[in-house]
Amino acid sequence: MIVERLARATMWLAALFTVIFLMTPLLVTVAVSFGSSSVFTLPPPDWSLRWFQKLATTRGLWPSLLTSLQVAAFATAVALALGTLCAIALVRGSFPGREAIATFLVSPLMLPGLVIGIAMLQGFKAVGLRETYSSLLLAHVVITLPYVVRTVFAALSLFDFSLIDAARTLGCSYPAALMRVMVPALGPAFLTSGMFAFLASMDNYPISIFFTDAWTKTLPIQMLQYVEENPDPTIAAISAGLVLLAILALIVGDRLVGLRRMADF
Amino acid sequence: MNGLSRWRDPVALLAVPALVYLVALYALPLLWLLAKSFVGPGGITLAPYADFFADPFNWRVVTNTLSIALWVTAVCLVIGYPASFALARAGAGLQIAMLVAIILPLSIGVVVKAFAWQIVLRRDGVVSQFMMAIGLWDEPQRLLFTETGLVLGAANIFLPFMILPIYSVVKLIDPRLDEAGATLGATPVYRFLRVTLPLTLPGVVSGIAFVFSMSVSMYVIPSLLIGDRFQTLSTLTGRSFLFMRNEQLGSTTAVILLALAVGIVVGSSWLARRLGSTS
Repeated sequence: MIVERLARATMWLAALFTVIFLMTPLLVTVAVSFGSSSVFTLPPPDWSLRWFQKLATTRGLWPSLLTSLQVAAFATAVALALGTLCAIALVRGSFPGREAIATFLVSPLMLPGLVIGIAMLQGFKAVGLRETYSSLLLAHVVITLPYVVRTVFAALSLFDFSLIDAARTLGCSYPAALMRVMVPALGPAFLTSGMFAFLASMDNYPISIFFTDAWTKTLPIQMLQYVEENPDPTIAAISAGLVLLAILALIVGDRLVGLRRMADF
Repeated sequence: MNGLSRWRDPVALLAVPALVYLVALYALPLLWLLAKSFVGPGGITLAPYADFFADPFNWRVVTNTLSIALWVTAVCLVIGYPASFALARAGAGLQIAMLVAIILPLSIGVVVKAFAWQIVLRRDGVVSQFMMAIGLWDEPQRLLFTETGLVLGAANIFLPFMILPIYSVVKLIDPRLDEAGATLGATPVYRFLRVTLPLTLPGVVSGIAFVFSMSVSMYVIPSLLIGDRFQTLSTLTGRSFLFMRNEQLGSTTAVILLALAVGIVVGSSWLARRLGSTS
């Protein structure tokens, strides 16, 4: 009995600790961003919006945010197109090596980003591509593609393709059947994989660092440079904005597929 | 279908664009990096690796990398294993709180989280205040720029990748198995060791593989939480390319890092398959 009680107590303690441990950095950042102190004092001596006001005049911040948004949007769009086609081939095809191909397509998630970045930097140099912005766009598709392939592949494996035949029997043309049966069924998979791919591209540091120059910087690169040069709560204010964005993404994800399915691994 | 006509499956063509893209922009550059690291001015050579391992400083870098990764993985496992049981068996309220706490940080960038830990680990930070409040510390201490601080910060950032794979196997375990064991007279410890633990091992293996490989290759977290004084393979690789302009050293460490990562992926999937076939 005592052993069982002990095990149960450990379990609930670990659960409590996990929630507090994981939420602490986010809460601390948000608290600091609304404080008046410039040295991260907690609890802040007074509340203020000065760090948010300072964002407007922070040099380099808005261009880097714009660059990150553009790159993430481009990379996600390309990944959704290429990844969906590929997932269809892997689920519907009967050619050999499908499992190996699927593993290869998600492998960028499992290898060190820094090494992938270095390899791409040298590869691009070797073929004469020196333009930073195009390199950044091309590189980020490698970051986003695995997310799309993984999620859409899983969703397609559960999709009953005879529904398309049923729709055609009932008078739909083939493209119309695809649009009215398959696309709505895969909608949640497109949206969640697109969302996670977008966030992964927005957040990427180790690959982006090799494709930046004085004019083209993504948000994480610019932010890390700030933290190293003049650490003040301005970064906390940006972070608070990104936390808000993540909360919105979580709410959207919960509505679309539910929290429990987002935790599927 | 015979061998040749299977290749002519027209659906296969849909996979071609994504495959060509990844082969050209990802696989070939990686292979090229690998190949180049074995080619010296006089042909094929192992000299860069021999030089690298001849330097005691570099051995220090390798042991730093592995020991930090082991610590981070151990901390994540100790917290994550019981926490994933709680997640699977909690009531609706706690389960939602846990899911939010686990999934929300996943959609926030590593720069934001590592910066947050810079604040948390300061001398006047939350950890220091907490340790004083519960009476473990007599005076405030700075954990920032120490190994302990790095392990805490990295374990926090990678914890979800330990909990989620274990949770995904724990939620499939039939609770009646445990009751059956109890009815047959097995002690709780025996039931855990012979029934529950073996069933969760595949999840544990993939959790450990995720956390260990991410800890080995982390770059932003050590840069912000410990600084240049403590080099790992990953920070040394980054520094060689970005600051020292020493591409030779950088390529060597990059290939070692790559070999470690591939070894972990291959080893863990082999282990997971073995565990899957025996249980």
